[in-house]
Amino acid sequence: MKKTLTALAAAAIAAATAAPALADLVVPNLSYRTGPYAPGGIPYADGFNDYFTLLNERDGGIGGEKVVVPECETAYNTEKGVECYEATKGSGALVYNPLSTGITYQLIPKATADGISLYTPGYGRTSAANGKVFEWVFNYPANYWDAASVAVKYLLEQNGGSLKGKKIALVYHNSAYGKEPIRTLQDLSKKHGFTLIELPVDHPGQEQKSQWLQIRRDRPDHVLMWGWGVMNSVAIQEAANIRYPMENFIGVWWSGSENDVLPAGDGANGYKSLAMHGTGMDYPVYADLKKFVLDAGKASGAGDQVGSVLYSRGMYAALVISEAIRKAQEIHGTAAVTAAQVRDGFEQLEITEARMAELGLPGFGQPFKASCTDHGGPGAALIQQWDATAKKWSLVTGFIAPDDEVLTPLVMEDSAAFAKENAIAERCN
Amino acid sequence: MLYREAGDFKTSYAADGQTFPIRFDRWRYYAVLAVAFGVIPFVITDYWANAVFVPFLIYAIAAIGLNILTGYCGQVSLGTGGFMAVGAYACYKLMTAFPEVSIILHVLLAGGVTAGVGILFGLPSLRIKGFYLAVATLAAQFFLVWLFNKVPWFYNYSASGQITAPERTVLGIALTGPNTSAAAKYLFCLCLCVALAWVARNLTRGAMGRKWMAIRDMDIAAEIIGVNPLTTKLSAFAVSSFFIGVAGALFFAVYLGAAEVGEAFGINKSFLVLFMIIIGGLGSIFGSFAGAAFLVLLPVFLKNVLVGALGWPTDLAAHIELMIVGGLIVVFLIAEPHGLAQLWRVAKEKLRLWPFPH
Repeated sequence: MKKTLTALAAAAIAAATAAPALADLVVPNLSYRTGPYAPGGIPYADGFNDYFTLLNERDGGIGGEKVVVPECETAYNTEKGVECYEATKGSGALVYNPLSTGITYQLIPKATADGISLYTPGYGRTSAANGKVFEWVFNYPANYWDAASVAVKYLLEQNGGSLKGKKIALVYHNSAYGKEPIRTLQDLSKKHGFTLIELPVDHPGQEQKSQWLQIRRDRPDHVLMWGWGVMNSVAIQEAANIRYPMENFIGVWWSGSENDVLPAGDGANGYKSLAMHGTGMDYPVYADLKKFVLDAGKASGAGDQVGSVLYSRGMYAALVISEAIRKAQEIHGTAAVTAAQVRDGFEQLEITEARMAELGLPGFGQPFKASCTDHGGPGAALIQQWDATAKKWSLVTGFIAPDDEVLTPLVMEDSAAFAKENAIAERCN
Repeated sequence: MLYREAGDFKTSYAADGQTFPIRFDRWRYYAVLAVAFGVIPFVITDYWANAVFVPFLIYAIAAIGLNILTGYCGQVSLGTGGFMAVGAYACYKLMTAFPEVSIILHVLLAGGVTAGVGILFGLPSLRIKGFYLAVATLAAQFFLVWLFNKVPWFYNYSASGQITAPERTVLGIALTGPNTSAAAKYLFCLCLCVALAWVARNLTRGAMGRKWMAIRDMDIAAEIIGVNPLTTKLSAFAVSSFFIGVAGALFFAVYLGAAEVGEAFGINKSFLVLFMIIIGGLGSIFGSFAGAAFLVLLPVFLKNVLVGALGWPTDLAAHIELMIVGGLIVVFLIAEPHGLAQLWRVAKEKLRLWPFPH
């Protein structure tokens, strides 16, 4: 017994300190496949892993360097997120993508101090879009405030250009994530004259009876949702139960995956959500993915999430990271890039329509170009609608650009507050 | 053979009343302190500090705090998470309002604020007992979390409701913020933990501790022999909340660096600390440490073995880890309902008789 214990302890110490061969490009995947947020975490992590597997199998990595993706389970919990960050940062990690706004908030100061980039597409701290203050954080192509603004713009269009006297309810996860859009929506409600009803849902989000009772009583014209994990499917089920008109119910892009609408069955028909990229398997990249990853038995997880919305998003994040690494290799003329060099790659990254087509995903995401000041991208988003009979999302709009007139001052204000709190001098001047 | 009292003569009352009357025990204690202060700070890495030692020390402080209330004074509390949140938010408000004051003072003041809140929520304990008191403290838990979510003043009106610890230094060494070295974090928590454990040990050995235990064992009898239930129960709530508040302040400022109340200080935290003292041993300072170690270190250890050494998929490992920890809790509680501290006590008795047990 004692011997096995000692052996186990030795193994644990070895595991805690072991590092992969230093020549590889290390991109840790802080994922969550357990707990109430697993419905969102699993497809995302699978897409993320599979894309890097594809690069390794098809192209031999990026610029001839293999990519290693150590996975660490965070369960969407900040304490475990810290443990995962510390466990992987010593292995030469180039960039982190924790898929959790809470963990992102925690990692922004740590990663900045350690000189490792954070890439948080569509989540995290919105004001990180201001590269003058947030040197190491990138959240293009779109962020929460863009999402709020796009949703309101879409509603404006639906209501003939005016939201005066309308009531819009926001059902949100009562955490940093869910609270992010509130300030933007408050400003937009002043600008457009609608009433905003804020309805927080506590973690994990399985109990929403009182919120939907209030919606039934107040009869808001539209409901917006900032939900994640089981909260999404519960909310859609509750909305169906009170017969809320689904076409007036719009979720953020984290509330618009198959796993969210399928449990409600036909009741979810007509539910809308934002999207920041295309979805489905009608892209050439899936032929390669099938050949090199799926059929070769190298798929991450159970391999049953391929082509779903969040799988696509995980893949998109991996794609942007790989392009940033490629850019860094190009700038610095070396294949074995360091974390600091990858940051330069992120900052000078440009993804064009042509490049997306070259990568096998034509028209999948919007083109964007980062710069020293702009870490946030254009922020445009699509609206998709769920068809319960065909079990498919279909796009109902093209890319809608956000209202930068409202957003830019908010980003400046929030990033200036962060800069003041942490005594950061503005860059890029 | 190891635990021999033979030849270990006490010639003064002070010597007779010391915490570790057996010489070997005393030396072991000094050795642990020497390693903790003299060796670990020089070899500690970021991973060991942030994943192992700092959470262990902070949870140990919280467990000692709850043990004073529940283990020594017999008042069941499910409000630990809420009280930790009070400590964290008090520390945050103090840190941002008075940046020039030392962080050490802020952490202790945060404990003081929590003690005040603890007394307030301890008032019902004069009328209600047992499970009913647990429900009352549960209300405190939910109320406090709701309060810190609802009132923007507590998080300085930040857009996301997150609180972030700014950098604060003592003698030029950063103790909070992202640039803190592993050794500084560890030593800061270790100093507070050792000091507070020492205070707790001596409080529980003194008149105050005896009053607490009298109330725990039978409050009516205690009242008859002259123990004032009002001051005794409220002092237990105050001291316990002070410890938990300090733990909460450290948890936020030193360990996490940023926190959000629902996630970091939810009901799960209350249960976690309660499980620590139940598994470790009610009414034992050593038990608080053992329980904290069990529940903090075991999951990290299992994760490293299952994922790191055996290469299992992370989701499978996470599920198996929950099962193993849960299973071990059941096994330990069946084998020894009084916790790890009792196992240790029994082991010591055996060692004293060894090799000639009767």
